[in-house]
Amino acid sequence: MSELLVRAGGLYTTVQDTGRFGYYHMGMPPSGAMDVYSAVVANMLVGNPDGAGVLEGTYVGPTLEFTDDRVVAVTGADVPVTVNDEPVEPWTAIRVGSGDVLSFAMIRAGCRAYVAVSGGIDVPVYLGSRSTYTLTGIGGHQGRKLVDDETLPLGSGDGSARPGAVVPEELRPELAGPAELRTVIGLCSYRLTEDALASFLGTDWKVTKDADRVGYRLRGGKLDFTDREQPFGAGSDPANVVDLGYPVGSIQVPGGDEPIVLLNDAVTGGGYATIGTVISVDRDRIAQTKTGDAVRFTSVDLDTALAARRDRRERIERVRREITR
Amino acid sequence: MTTIKAQMPGVFYRRPAPEKPAYVDDGDKISEGQTIALIEVMKTFNEVKAGESGTVAEFLVEDGDEVDVGQDIVRLGEV
Repeated sequence: MSELLVRAGGLYTTVQDTGRFGYYHMGMPPSGAMDVYSAVVANMLVGNPDGAGVLEGTYVGPTLEFTDDRVVAVTGADVPVTVNDEPVEPWTAIRVGSGDVLSFAMIRAGCRAYVAVSGGIDVPVYLGSRSTYTLTGIGGHQGRKLVDDETLPLGSGDGSARPGAVVPEELRPELAGPAELRTVIGLCSYRLTEDALASFLGTDWKVTKDADRVGYRLRGGKLDFTDREQPFGAGSDPANVVDLGYPVGSIQVPGGDEPIVLLNDAVTGGGYATIGTVISVDRDRIAQTKTGDAVRFTSVDLDTALAARRDRRERIERVRREITR
Repeated sequence: MTTIKAQMPGVFYRRPAPEKPAYVDDGDKISEGQTIALIEVMKTFNEVKAGESGTVAEFLVEDGDEVDVGQDIVRLGEV
């Protein structure tokens, strides 16, 4: 069996794919790559199906040694990558062989780097996905982040990888800040005062240290809730409502001063007012913000959100045409 | 100027626990691989290790400060 040697796990590297869907109603979030675009494009570059298993590294990437001939691609965050200490290009399909070592230097911009290897990271499929959900320890590689000195199984590639294929600059994500996050206001925005909603949209929020695959906690303003009589079944905090399902990407503001954007590994429901939901396409964008970066929210309607999703799909198809030309 | 840089963003701490002494003080000799501080991010405390041996000339950030990736944390002097 072919293996990938993990020499160093990096800070927080997990196996992900495009997500585990169909179990949200049971309380299981989708997991999956936080920046879907970068993960899918990485797979394309190495000739994998879009939903093959990739590695998602956070801040400090892993060090990987190959044991056979493969094609590898790194996308996502802007970070210098080397093979055997020689710089290699990101967003490019690179041929590697047994004994070659891929490593990362310090990130320059963005937060998460994706590594796709031809054949895919072939961990067992659990409930239809190879994604890791670390909070419950399921999926991916033993349900956890990678550690130093272990091995990952690789699938066999179908030989369709094209070493040397490059994603053109204009089809790579913009990483310069502040990140503009298009947001559909609701479901519980009625709990905010008019001024508070305006202030939410007018504030440059800063990503705190509590920003991971579960959610991003932000700081930078204070939002007031309207007075109300506490309904039966709702908690006493003004931010509490009667329990509801939380959309992935929804924003809640416990205490009024620290908005939390729920992401791929988040709790699926609860009793906090969700004042808006970051559109799916822009979750790729927040995934590439790091602690200390600024984000702002722009109000859009559902049609805009759906159009953005179509645009991303078309963009992905453009990449496919470019690299298979 | 030789420095040790933060490899990740987060909150910087000079001691392993609030009641514990600092890992190292100004003027201390440090060796490669030695833990000199912590950075808290994503709900974990990550050790900052010296990339080379030397002497701590000066800490450039305060305990509890927020640091960014690539920020200089410590200036190193002669061994």
